[in-house]
Amino acid sequence: MQGYAGRILHIDLTTGKTRVEPLNEEYAKKYIGGIGLGIRLLLDHSKPGVEPFSPENPLILATGPISGTMWPTGGNGHAFVSKSPQSFGVGESKSHGSFGTELKRAGYDAVIFEGKAEKLVYVWIDDDSVQILDASHLMGKSPAETEDSIREELGDYYIRVAAIGLAGEKLVRLACIINDKTRAAGRTGMGAVMGSKNLKAIAVRGTRDITVAKPDEFMEFIKEFHERMKGPAAQKYRTLGTAANVLVHNAIPCMPTRNYNKASFEGAEKVSGENLNERFVAKIIGCSSCAMRCEHVCVVPEGPYKGTMTRMEYEPLWAMGPYCGVDRLDAIIKGMDLSNYYGVDSISVGVIVGFAMDCYENGILTEKELDGIDARFGNQEALVQLIEKIGKREGIGDILAEGVKIAGEKIGKGAEKLAQHIKGVEVTGYDLRCLKTAALGFAVSFRGADHNRHGAYGFDVKGKVNRLIVEKGRGKMVKDMEDQYTLIDSLIVCKFSRGTYYKELEDMAKLYSLVTGVEVTPEEMRLSGERINNVARLFNVREGLGRKDDTLPYKVMHLPVPDEGPSKGAYVSQKELDFLLDDYYEARGWNKEGVPTKEKLRELEMDDLIHIAKRKAEKAEES
Amino acid sequence: MVKIHERKFVAADPEKCVGCQVCEYICSWTKEGAFNPLKSRIRVVRINQLINLAVTCRLCENPPCVAACPRDALTQSEETGLIMVDEDKCNGCGWCIEACDYGAIMLHPEKKVVYVCDLCQEQGEPQCVKWCPEEALDLVTSDVLAQKARITAVRKLFQEALKVTPITS
Repeated sequence: MQGYAGRILHIDLTTGKTRVEPLNEEYAKKYIGGIGLGIRLLLDHSKPGVEPFSPENPLILATGPISGTMWPTGGNGHAFVSKSPQSFGVGESKSHGSFGTELKRAGYDAVIFEGKAEKLVYVWIDDDSVQILDASHLMGKSPAETEDSIREELGDYYIRVAAIGLAGEKLVRLACIINDKTRAAGRTGMGAVMGSKNLKAIAVRGTRDITVAKPDEFMEFIKEFHERMKGPAAQKYRTLGTAANVLVHNAIPCMPTRNYNKASFEGAEKVSGENLNERFVAKIIGCSSCAMRCEHVCVVPEGPYKGTMTRMEYEPLWAMGPYCGVDRLDAIIKGMDLSNYYGVDSISVGVIVGFAMDCYENGILTEKELDGIDARFGNQEALVQLIEKIGKREGIGDILAEGVKIAGEKIGKGAEKLAQHIKGVEVTGYDLRCLKTAALGFAVSFRGADHNRHGAYGFDVKGKVNRLIVEKGRGKMVKDMEDQYTLIDSLIVCKFSRGTYYKELEDMAKLYSLVTGVEVTPEEMRLSGERINNVARLFNVREGLGRKDDTLPYKVMHLPVPDEGPSKGAYVSQKELDFLLDDYYEARGWNKEGVPTKEKLRELEMDDLIHIAKRKAEKAEES
Repeated sequence: MVKIHERKFVAADPEKCVGCQVCEYICSWTKEGAFNPLKSRIRVVRINQLINLAVTCRLCENPPCVAACPRDALTQSEETGLIMVDEDKCNGCGWCIEACDYGAIMLHPEKKVVYVCDLCQEQGEPQCVKWCPEEALDLVTSDVLAQKARITAVRKLFQEALKVTPITS
């Protein structure tokens, strides 16, 4: 099979032994690559109930069949998969840049890190040579410093590095893994799992040629996509970027503000994408093989944070801005820079600061308990200080580093109700009270609160459905989007390019066929997307997650939108949620508990995993 | 009468280059039939997020690579200015690599002889220029390059002068 490297690398960090096994071709066909292959490998290589920070929890790094090619946005992706220390279910996160393409050229579809090193190490994958090297000199360094340092000591400027920062070393649950200095596999705490293995960084050099099954047609198809990427489907990313969402969401309104106390922000103009671009964006750069460049690099030209340079997108801007009541873009950029420096998910860290501010304003956390920080909503200095504390696990940061769910439980006194998360993963910038298709997508997302598992907010925000009601059919809409999104993350192509796949599944099937030489139909492609959602669900079922966890944050269900306008009074009741879940499970062919049925698993040719669903059913009967 | 320079080479506009490496992929694809930046005649350098530039052979007047070759394996075409490598004579010693100020001549990872941009003679036009999604690459003479740089510099000068961006407003 072309497209795949055909090899999986196992690295046991406890024993220091490495081995290579051939890629199971059936897995490649059924689970594609990226998160699909990664989740299947996680299921195979972990025991039920394993602790996320246990040496027995593997960390899986996967590329996709497209990685390494010139396919625009697709040549450069990689994914990390493991059991999440936030959700205790599937953890997965993708990143782009130039790391994935290098790993593919080194000849691996996936790397499975098992065990735990005795002391801090980094792994150096130089084509077939794999070494585990001392990293004690890199302790406490940022991912960017680590990258520079490793390139320097290995003597090659083109070595690609993915690394954790101090937060990962200290098991901050929202720690991420950063490559190419500003590109993060951000969500679900994959950096903390890496830290629990004493693995500071993965350095890669690959020299192999990458070819495809049908080169002439492939190049023609690329040419067509280059053209599409100059068109309307990519325009937003090439111009204002995702930060354009600030004013769009604020106008609806559906932008959670001040820890979900409101759905709009009076300072929206000041933190708008328009303002960001005019005053701070110095350049828009691209990942390896991309033809629609999106990375808005911001520089602070003056003031207390002068000289700070970092990438910026809507989500971190929202989390550290409106969600904390902060209207100062320079402080938000500084917050983003610190997130990258310590290596924490910039969405989660902003939501945690917003949570801490809410606790402070409600008298649940005192200034003394907050190490003397005046954590009023809107205090940009408090934002910067709290991110530092979380990144270092220092003072109050030690509790906040657990994420809002666990921190809320530890703090008590009603803090649990202020913790806005799903399955332990912090919310993102869409007010679910008044975006009810999105609310379903978020509730059932297998990696916890997230917009990127379904993109169901699109139906609501664009007015394709009545966003304020629940009705039959939303389950199917979410399911179809999810099945497409798992494909995007398994091939791997960039979500920002999804609009350029005019024919959606047909385009994806063609891409897969041209690269691998395996002819697949759009329907077979769709089935793969569905299969990947089912394998992720089965992992969660195995780990004890179920219908009770497909829920929404407290405020989404109990605090109606107070803002004047069309969203006023909106919230999601338990009855509505149950209605949506029933509709979704039915569309999925799952039972009332959200467990895939035997029939569905047979249909998806997943007979080998029926035992997981069966065991769950038996357990339910026993109790 | 002064003769206008006619030799053209591939140059990247630093304002436009985003570091996407599409030029590397298409170059290795065109010349070697594989996607592999290590076999590309043009290479991207990213110093930091703001500084990205693709670099390839400048077709120098009095090229130091040719002068440095102890085996006369390198010659410069009088007509086009291209550096031509006699693969039978080249033994991969690397004197030319050391002599080139731009890192534009490299040792082929498999053939073990040096290789350098030939402006895609076979294809009729440089494929990197054709495929660059940002239109950052151009086939230019040194005179045109100087003109472009001049215009950019002046434009930037006036842009900066007009820019007022108070943070706290």
